[in-house]
Amino acid sequence: MNWITNYVRPKINSMLGRRDMPENLWIKCPETGEMVFHKDLEENQWVIPASGHHMRISGKDRLRFFFDEGRYELLENPKVAIDPLKFRDEKRYTDRLRDARTKTGMEDAILNAVGTIDGLEVMATVQDFAFMGGSLGLAAGEAIVHGFETALKRRLPLVLFAASGGARMQEGILSLMQLPRTTVGVDRLKEAGLPYFVVLTNPTTGGVTASYAMLGDVHIAEPGALIGFAGPRVIEQTIREKLPEGFQRAEYLMEHGMVDMVVPRTELKSTIARLMKILLNTPLPLTIEAQTETPETQAEEAESHQPA
Amino acid sequence: MGEQLFSAEGRSQSNSAPETTPFARPPAQQRMYNYLEFEKPVADLEGKILELKTLSEGGEAVDVAEEIARLEKRSSDALRDIYRQLQPWQKAQVARHPDRPHCLDYVGRLFTDFTPLAGDRLYGEDNAIIGGFARFRGEPVAILGQEKGADTKSRLKHNFGMARPEGYRKAVRIMELADRFGVRLVTLVDTAGAYPGIGAEERGQAEAIARSTSVSLGLKVPAVSVIIGEGGSGGAIAIATANKVYMLEHAIYSVISPEGAASILWRDPTRARDAATSMKITAKDLLEMKVIDGIIPEPLGGAHRGAEAAIDAAGDQIAAAFAELAAQNVDCREHRREKFLAIGRGL
Repeated sequence: MNWITNYVRPKINSMLGRRDMPENLWIKCPETGEMVFHKDLEENQWVIPASGHHMRISGKDRLRFFFDEGRYELLENPKVAIDPLKFRDEKRYTDRLRDARTKTGMEDAILNAVGTIDGLEVMATVQDFAFMGGSLGLAAGEAIVHGFETALKRRLPLVLFAASGGARMQEGILSLMQLPRTTVGVDRLKEAGLPYFVVLTNPTTGGVTASYAMLGDVHIAEPGALIGFAGPRVIEQTIREKLPEGFQRAEYLMEHGMVDMVVPRTELKSTIARLMKILLNTPLPLTIEAQTETPETQAEEAESHQPA
Repeated sequence: MGEQLFSAEGRSQSNSAPETTPFARPPAQQRMYNYLEFEKPVADLEGKILELKTLSEGGEAVDVAEEIARLEKRSSDALRDIYRQLQPWQKAQVARHPDRPHCLDYVGRLFTDFTPLAGDRLYGEDNAIIGGFARFRGEPVAILGQEKGADTKSRLKHNFGMARPEGYRKAVRIMELADRFGVRLVTLVDTAGAYPGIGAEERGQAEAIARSTSVSLGLKVPAVSVIIGEGGSGGAIAIATANKVYMLEHAIYSVISPEGAASILWRDPTRARDAATSMKITAKDLLEMKVIDGIIPEPLGGAHRGAEAAIDAAGDQIAAAFAELAAQNVDCREHRREKFLAIGRGL
């Protein structure tokens, strides 16, 4: 690979007959069809620069972009029973789990991490859609509960990035039980006077919305994210009507009073940090302008700058 | 994938499974029962009995009494054999049986002074959820439950037991009222799931369910839930997070309907039988996984063959549960939260 791959359009590249180039270096915008070089896309937090389309982002990338200098402490998730139902559809559930682990390098769909955002220490819980559609089973539920309990113990605000198709059906009723279990986590954190913010990303549907994802003190959605309880297909089948334009999209939910704001990914951190600091009444850092306004500091500064 | 957590029990779906649909059946007076497919041996025998009885009323035969007694024994033996080993998919059909006692049947028989309350004070009234206050064996209780309806008219009125956000917000109102006055709560769960519609989504179906679950988990008063028929997904759990949760013997409780799971996992809704088995939806399965606290026995042949006995058994279990909670003298909120946190740990 050399510098030319950064500048030459993929069509030209293929005419040059370069066979050693992996296909996924150029990524197509699903909205406009524009081709974007993967490094440019990654630098822009997987948001297509021209169209503003928000691509899916891995849990690890999410944490890296969210925390100051990309630094954070990753928590270990609790161990849970594997395949309690001994479930098998066309494939064994244990095989599906193994494949998902190999593909993502994650144990299950949830990452818990502690770090700072604009200097404010917070807990972030991230749901990764790449792991079996971010589905909620015992492992994910227990990890979320663990995130809330750790935040409570360390007295940290919690930001949860939701991304899920809903329940992990292969865990049956135990998957449904994660709704009340995670709700207990949310309620205890709130009762302790700690803020809980939810970032709804594409997609957040099913049981996840019927529990922790819709119980935030503040709901922030990424642009265009699909958010809803029942899937559009089920609704269409039931009522046999065409769904309105933009139905269950972030902007539509804001119009209907279900989210506070729709915020582009690149502005999430500053927006969350600003509002959380107001709620927690975090003292503003002394800026240079603030310092120069007071005559005393002016004098001190003047003194310190005097040559000895 | 949004439909994963949701019982897709729309009218369209139940029409595609004729043996379970309550609407294609002839009126009740034309036959003794709405027989399920697997009850055919019993239906044949009971048909013969009915024939003989009609004959003897005509005064033709003399010794039919003996034959009737013999057939009745065979019929009840057949019923016992069938119900002793009901498969999960068959249980799903019993749980949804149109003649099965529904929420209002329980309310009518178990409680006195029942005073229903209506409306969420925000948007509207939802008849899919019954809510109000009453006396249970003399003591005040709050009641919540989904009502499916018993005939076409009442099914439409109660939206087949599928609640909209207003229903869950009414539930929140009643639970908070009960908590303020220290009144215990009984919930009777029987729903295919929350209603999937445009309006329901726009008015925050998910938020309403989440809020109801949260409020119910946070109650200071004792609460007991009974899954009397179908415990379908989030629409059920919204009012099923009690200190003690019981299921009727042939009730089912699951994260998604067997039909829904089959169409997603096997991409074939006709595989509902397999899905019902794999998902472990029966009372026995859930007791083994410690998701519920006990099983309430049903009379031979299911609650639809002996509604009064089933309802009375549920009443006794509810009374015993409240007595047990009172004897333990626990902080009901903490008890409930810890109980649910413990589910799935140590499996």
